[in-house]
Amino acid sequence: MTIRKPTHALLAAAAVPLLALTACGSDDPLGPADTDEGAIIVGSQLYYSNTIIAEAYAQRLEAGGYEVQREFEIGQREVYMPELEQGAIDVFPEYSGNLLQYLDPESEASSADEIQQALAEALPEGLVPLAPAEATDQDSYVVTSEFAQEHDLRSVEDLAGVDEDLRIAANSEFETRPYGPGGLREVYGVEVTLLPVEDSGGPLTLRALLDGDVQIADIYSADPAIEANDLVVLEDPQHLVLPQNVVPVVSEDLSDDVAALIEEVNAALTQEQLLALNARSVEEQAAPETIAGDWLAEQGLA
Amino acid sequence: MANAGHILGLTGAHLQLSLPAIAAAFLLSLPLARLANRLRPARALILGGTGLLYAVPSLPLFIVLPVLIGTGVRDTLNVIVALTLFGLALMVRSAADALDAVDEDTRLAATALGHSSRGRFWTVELPLAGPALLAGLRVVSVSTISLVSVSAVLGVQSLGSLFTDGFQRGIVAAVAAGIAMTVLLALLLDLLLVLLGRLLMPWSRR
Amino acid sequence: MNHLSAAVDWLLDAQTWTGPGQLGARATEHLGYTAVAVLIAAVIALPAGLAIGHTGRGRAAAVLSSGAVRALPTLGLLTLAALAAGVGLVAPLIALVVLAVPSILAGAYAGVESVDRATVDAARAQGMNAWQVLWRVEVPLGLPIVIGGLRLAVLQVTATATLAAYVGAGGLGRPLFLGLRTYDYPMMLGASLVVILLAILLDACFEVVQRLLSYAPGLARTGRLREAR
Repeated sequence: MTIRKPTHALLAAAAVPLLALTACGSDDPLGPADTDEGAIIVGSQLYYSNTIIAEAYAQRLEAGGYEVQREFEIGQREVYMPELEQGAIDVFPEYSGNLLQYLDPESEASSADEIQQALAEALPEGLVPLAPAEATDQDSYVVTSEFAQEHDLRSVEDLAGVDEDLRIAANSEFETRPYGPGGLREVYGVEVTLLPVEDSGGPLTLRALLDGDVQIADIYSADPAIEANDLVVLEDPQHLVLPQNVVPVVSEDLSDDVAALIEEVNAALTQEQLLALNARSVEEQAAPETIAGDWLAEQGLA
Repeated sequence: MANAGHILGLTGAHLQLSLPAIAAAFLLSLPLARLANRLRPARALILGGTGLLYAVPSLPLFIVLPVLIGTGVRDTLNVIVALTLFGLALMVRSAADALDAVDEDTRLAATALGHSSRGRFWTVELPLAGPALLAGLRVVSVSTISLVSVSAVLGVQSLGSLFTDGFQRGIVAAVAAGIAMTVLLALLLDLLLVLLGRLLMPWSRR
Repeated sequence: MNHLSAAVDWLLDAQTWTGPGQLGARATEHLGYTAVAVLIAAVIALPAGLAIGHTGRGRAAAVLSSGAVRALPTLGLLTLAALAAGVGLVAPLIALVVLAVPSILAGAYAGVESVDRATVDAARAQGMNAWQVLWRVEVPLGLPIVIGGLRLAVLQVTATATLAAYVGAGGLGRPLFLGLRTYDYPMMLGASLVVILLAILLDACFEVVQRLLSYAPGLARTGRLREAR
């Protein structure tokens, strides 16, 4: 409180934080000016498994002599897609089916191949999909083995015969997804009520299922909790849920060499491997850098 | 803990979001409070209006603000502006009361000594209101530090990222560490403000 | 600004409000959570605050601990409680009660402390015992500030109860999170507007109560009642 000169001091005082604000905004992902010249920017979703894959891409690129900048744990598709389109992010591990549904809700593609083809067309200009991995990480309808046995459940269809109120735990957006309550009613004649839990099939969703708060849970197919808790994944014969192969979406401007390095990582990513990576993350609580680094070394890609 | 580096990085990001917001809320509250005190009819409007900000749920503000100010949801600027608004909700009232509490006789005496209205503000009213302003600032600093975490839900890195990640993977230790660090940070900053107050306002020491 | 008008349209659509799981039911849930959380917090904080104000003991500890409690990030607390308690209302209630306690506590002891010591001494001199001093003198005279603490708590809890939906409970957080996840701005904005309106409405109720109280005989008539924080 020792400011003496009154003239415009107030204005100056007000300007300081504004300047500070602009300065602090320099890691603004939309600002094109501040990215390292030449660095490849790798992004990831706010989802631990996705970040491990992104970290694997990043480390592979670094091993190939490229400089990499990490923009990890960016919320949902609606947040990072615009950044990809504007070229603020160069590489992003995506999931084929959901990405296609986001880009083109009308698309009729349902097999993995059809989706890959449709993706190439639906992606905005400047973005291309690389070869998808075998591994998929898709929404799946999961029940406890006791519940499955009690009602003789194998596929989602069988739920129609269950004579009790069915509740499903999932993120709130499940309500509006094609594979949500509406789709289940139309395609399988199954009535479910949603209990929204915002942990993307995480521990709380799992607990709601195990506690009997819900009968069904939407848990990703690459979640190690499915095996650990002896859960049953119901089959989906009508392909209500689209296949979600891990597919890197990259900027067209990247060289073939960069694309090849990423595809090497993707080729090694089988369903089993992805499950193992996720299991390490959840059970050992290891950091993504460690998990991805160890795995690349194991695969001879370090 | 092997995660110390990670947590430290998040702590840095947390500070980068909260410190500018706290400073901005404090500095912007002064002219608003002064205006509120000088123009009595505006007082209810200014105090009521900023107080209303307190009723705004934080999460939607983080999302709605970009639509209004044209930033991206994940921009540092977006988070800082939102936090500044919440800070103002608390600070403007404290500042108005603090400045208002300056004794009228003192004010008149300062005018009699030849101070202009503006000069009187800087040399008399502000120093006298200092301790009460500091009290308000301390509340703002604590609540801002604790509020930053919510932005993690949008994918902005801060100590709150430990909550979202810990929640997804079921790691209680990560969530607990996030809470502990947030509280520690808030208390440290509070201590710092108290010390700063003693340094700048030695007369307020009792 | 078209988002705002779309939000208003969404709010004006009768479909938004009626039926199970719709906005009307959500708002009722939201009010219910707020009421329960503030009530529990009041049961904890009011006796403690009045005792601190009356005896003057434990004040430093109360100031320090409510400072620390204020610093607790609600999202973290909610997550921690949910990991321990599972889905449902328990976790959000814990987080909201913790949020409400410091304000109510501070209002309670500040209210009692605000009473003129001379008045208290006079009451003692008349032969009132400690209980009588507290109930007949300190509480009635300090009531506006005590209620001010409750008022602030209600405001904070109403705005924060949206987080309950994060862990599977209801309330106005439901449309808010759905809007957030699907980037449905009208829904998100509309739900926020309802939360804000609810908060203003509750705040206005408190204003009325405080005004009425200030005219009641034997109660404090101390100038600006809103200074109660």
